Amino acid sequence: MNALILSAILGVILMFSGILFKQKAAIRNIAITGMVLLLAVNVMEMCGIVFFNVNTHGMIVFDRFALLFTTIAFASTLLYLLLSARDMEKVGVNYAEYFTLIFFILCGITLTASFKSLLILFLGIEIISIPLYILTGSDKRNLKSNEASLKYFLLGAFSTGLMLMGIALIYGAMGTFDTTSINIFTEGKPSLLLVTGMLLLLFSMSFKVSAAPFHFWTPDVYDGAPTVFTSFMATIVKAAVFIGFIRLFDEAFGLLRPEWKLFVALIVVATLFIGNITAVFQQSVKRMLAYSSIAQAGFMMMAVYAMNTDAKEGLLLYAVAYSFATIGIFAVLIKMKDYTFDGFNGFAKHQPLLAATTTIFLLSLAGIPLTAGFLSKFYMLKAAMVAGNNLWLVIFAVLMAAVSVYYYFRVIQAMYFKEGDAQPIEVSRSFKLTLVVLAVLIIVFGIYPDLILSHLYF
Amino acid sequence: MISLLLILLPLLTGLAAFFIKDEKLVRTWAVLTSFATLTIAILSLCCMNDTKSLNYHCEWLPSLGASFSLKMDGVAQLLCLLNTIAYPLVFIAGWDKTYKNAKNFFALMLLAQAGIMGVFLAADALLFYFFWELALIPMYFLCSQWGGEKRVAVTFKFFIYTFIGSLLMLISILYLYGQTPDHSFSIESFYNLKLTSKQQSIPFWLMFVAFAVKMPIFPVHTWQPDTYEQAPTSTTMILSGVMVKMGVFGLIRWLFPILSTASFVWGDVITLIAIIGMIYASLIALRQDDLKRLVAYSSIAHIGLLCAGMFTQNASGMQGVMIQMFSHGINIIGLWIVVDWIERKTGTRKMSELGGLAQKAPALTIFFVIIALANIALPLTNAFVGEFLIFNGLLGSFTLYNVWYTVLAGVCIILGAAYTLRMIRKVAYGEVNELTANVSDISINGKLALGIIVVLILAAGIYPQPILDLTSGSTDSLVDKFDILRKALLK
Repeated sequence: MNALILSAILGVILMFSGILFKQKAAIRNIAITGMVLLLAVNVMEMCGIVFFNVNTHGMIVFDRFALLFTTIAFASTLLYLLLSARDMEKVGVNYAEYFTLIFFILCGITLTASFKSLLILFLGIEIISIPLYILTGSDKRNLKSNEASLKYFLLGAFSTGLMLMGIALIYGAMGTFDTTSINIFTEGKPSLLLVTGMLLLLFSMSFKVSAAPFHFWTPDVYDGAPTVFTSFMATIVKAAVFIGFIRLFDEAFGLLRPEWKLFVALIVVATLFIGNITAVFQQSVKRMLAYSSIAQAGFMMMAVYAMNTDAKEGLLLYAVAYSFATIGIFAVLIKMKDYTFDGFNGFAKHQPLLAATTTIFLLSLAGIPLTAGFLSKFYMLKAAMVAGNNLWLVIFAVLMAAVSVYYYFRVIQAMYFKEGDAQPIEVSRSFKLTLVVLAVLIIVFGIYPDLILSHLYF
Repeated sequence: MISLLLILLPLLTGLAAFFIKDEKLVRTWAVLTSFATLTIAILSLCCMNDTKSLNYHCEWLPSLGASFSLKMDGVAQLLCLLNTIAYPLVFIAGWDKTYKNAKNFFALMLLAQAGIMGVFLAADALLFYFFWELALIPMYFLCSQWGGEKRVAVTFKFFIYTFIGSLLMLISILYLYGQTPDHSFSIESFYNLKLTSKQQSIPFWLMFVAFAVKMPIFPVHTWQPDTYEQAPTSTTMILSGVMVKMGVFGLIRWLFPILSTASFVWGDVITLIAIIGMIYASLIALRQDDLKRLVAYSSIAHIGLLCAGMFTQNASGMQGVMIQMFSHGINIIGLWIVVDWIERKTGTRKMSELGGLAQKAPALTIFFVIIALANIALPLTNAFVGEFLIFNGLLGSFTLYNVWYTVLAGVCIILGAAYTLRMIRKVAYGEVNELTANVSDISINGKLALGIIVVLILAAGIYPQPILDLTSGSTDSLVDKFDILRKALLK
């Protein structure tokens, strides 16, 4: 509850800070201080210190799972702001408003992670989506950014419609929005109305996490949006929607698993296949990362498919591993002028530290041991294996992971082994330091994930 | 405790090496630490060889059922010894070479040593997988950075092959983990698994592919000749001398004890594949002109014999493999040192362009001939003992086709003699030409490295008993297991 209210207040504060302060550094400092505050307040709530006591009538529940995830999301956002807040200046003139929108998105993320009623889920997803439409189009003079924003808005509105339709059907079948009540009522044969509503929700959530075959917006939107914001929406936002996804299907439709199991399995296979195979053919690192985010979504979908404790733990770890690594890579990418693979040729010679940290991020995304990326993938595979009779799915996922090595290592090859003169880039000392912190965290969580996961059970 | 030290020492010194700017200093550092690791390995053999000091256990991921536990049995001791002997030899032989970014080179080499050591010691399946991959990553960077012209593409092929193999092994590990009653990755829980032969088949093949790629066994060997040719020679020595043994070791410690029924049932098929690979590689080796590729193909043939020897699943065959693992590691490092010297002095590896080295470099030629004879398994050399035992095992193995296997594998020995002697003739004898006219004899550090190798070859050839004693515990328990299986099947 602390974070929910504070994030909304911070959003409003930053909106007015744009009028009060003309200096960009001041706005940035307010945003970063606010972010630290938000994180601190959320951690306090995990320790049992609650500042606001609002009766939500059981519509929102701040359990360990929700709080742990919001902490992860806030920590990732803090690192993201430390790395990339400066680069937002280049996007356009409304510097303060970008931060405002980010804080509103965080408010939506908090709702999505802790909903107990379908209405709150809808609110959360919408509070996330609408600021994202704006951020995507924030580079106003760029045609690609405009196109991306429009595309995202039209398709997003359509999927929101599907979601509302699904919620309405479920309400018609069960007479309630409360997730736990829906699950209790479905014992026995579920009604057709309920199953249809559930499937509509499945499809619209799949759209929001860019799972195939609902992924078509992703490459264009991620490519068209200003890179700073792509970084945010491809990582923290996507992980948050996944948390909502697994919560919904665990709490509301857990007993319906026989009905949706096959659909989710097909989505997993399609997402892994399309994401990985298409990423192989990309020439631009940014677009490759867009497809890689689809491929990673395929792995995260395995958590929804398996739906057991391993899956929930794994998804949290995945959120950390994926967000940290991708934020890091994007932070470096933003500094580059040439987004093609060739733009990275000889990068290691000019920027040995940046190249080394980027390599760690890429290794983590590829799932090499000693990085958090490996253990998170491992948890997913284990969850699917424990869920029973899924050897085929696990083998398929593993082969796709091997494909992913191809495009991640292309960047490493370009940086280290190809001759070339990557354009010299200027980075500050604090930027380097944050990147190193990020890389160290990835390795630490890759060796000892209990540092995060043990907080789930106190 | 001593096993932990064997991993930590190269790991920490390797990390430290990244920060030593001076090339000469970092080279000395690498040599000194490799000798320190060797000392520890020798200590583990002669004085601190009780289980308490050899094994190590501590909590790691209790929620997953994985622990950081190391176990050092006879086979592991032998291979750790090989690993620790190989490194000083490689560093001594490469003492007069200069590398671009020397600190990174030596650091990665030492990190690879730590990874390989971990593979030999891990007594927890997840930990084993961790080290299995960790040994690969430094190798990837070593080969891609310092190798030949086509290094990037070739190394990437190598990486993808091994990576797919190890991912399949991961699935197999996960499957077995799911079957353990206490949900644990520890080697004891895996050993206590009781699986039907039907349940064993899929995990068996998934795991075998990983080991087969690493060894490499036909038909997944295609990364090997290219990688050996393109990688920097020091790295090739480690790759072929030590890393390849990871695959054979995997068979002994993981595949056979856990999935013994499937290993028994599929033994015939795999022996056949291995022997086809041997003949195939030997025939290709006969037609090679490039020295590096010849040694690479000859290595495939030798490894095929090792694999076939393992699948005889009797005492003689497996004991032979133990000796041969050590011998092959030593011999091939010797061959690479010679080839590397020739290439550095003449600028070519083509046998057709060489000749007459015996007149110009007599010391080198003597070493070369002794190592080459060991490569053909002449009596008094180490390989003779190993291969003799393996052939004995093959002939006595429990299969209908044992005679055929022995005959076909024997053909490879003849082919091996043919291509090795042809190599000696073309390189060492014949007319001196303009390329070989100015060759100087091998330098003092090269002599030292080759001298140690020759001593080891002869010592193990004349008195191999210590190696047999060291490893008999592990092989005997495996042989007993297979005997019981066989009896159960015969009934």
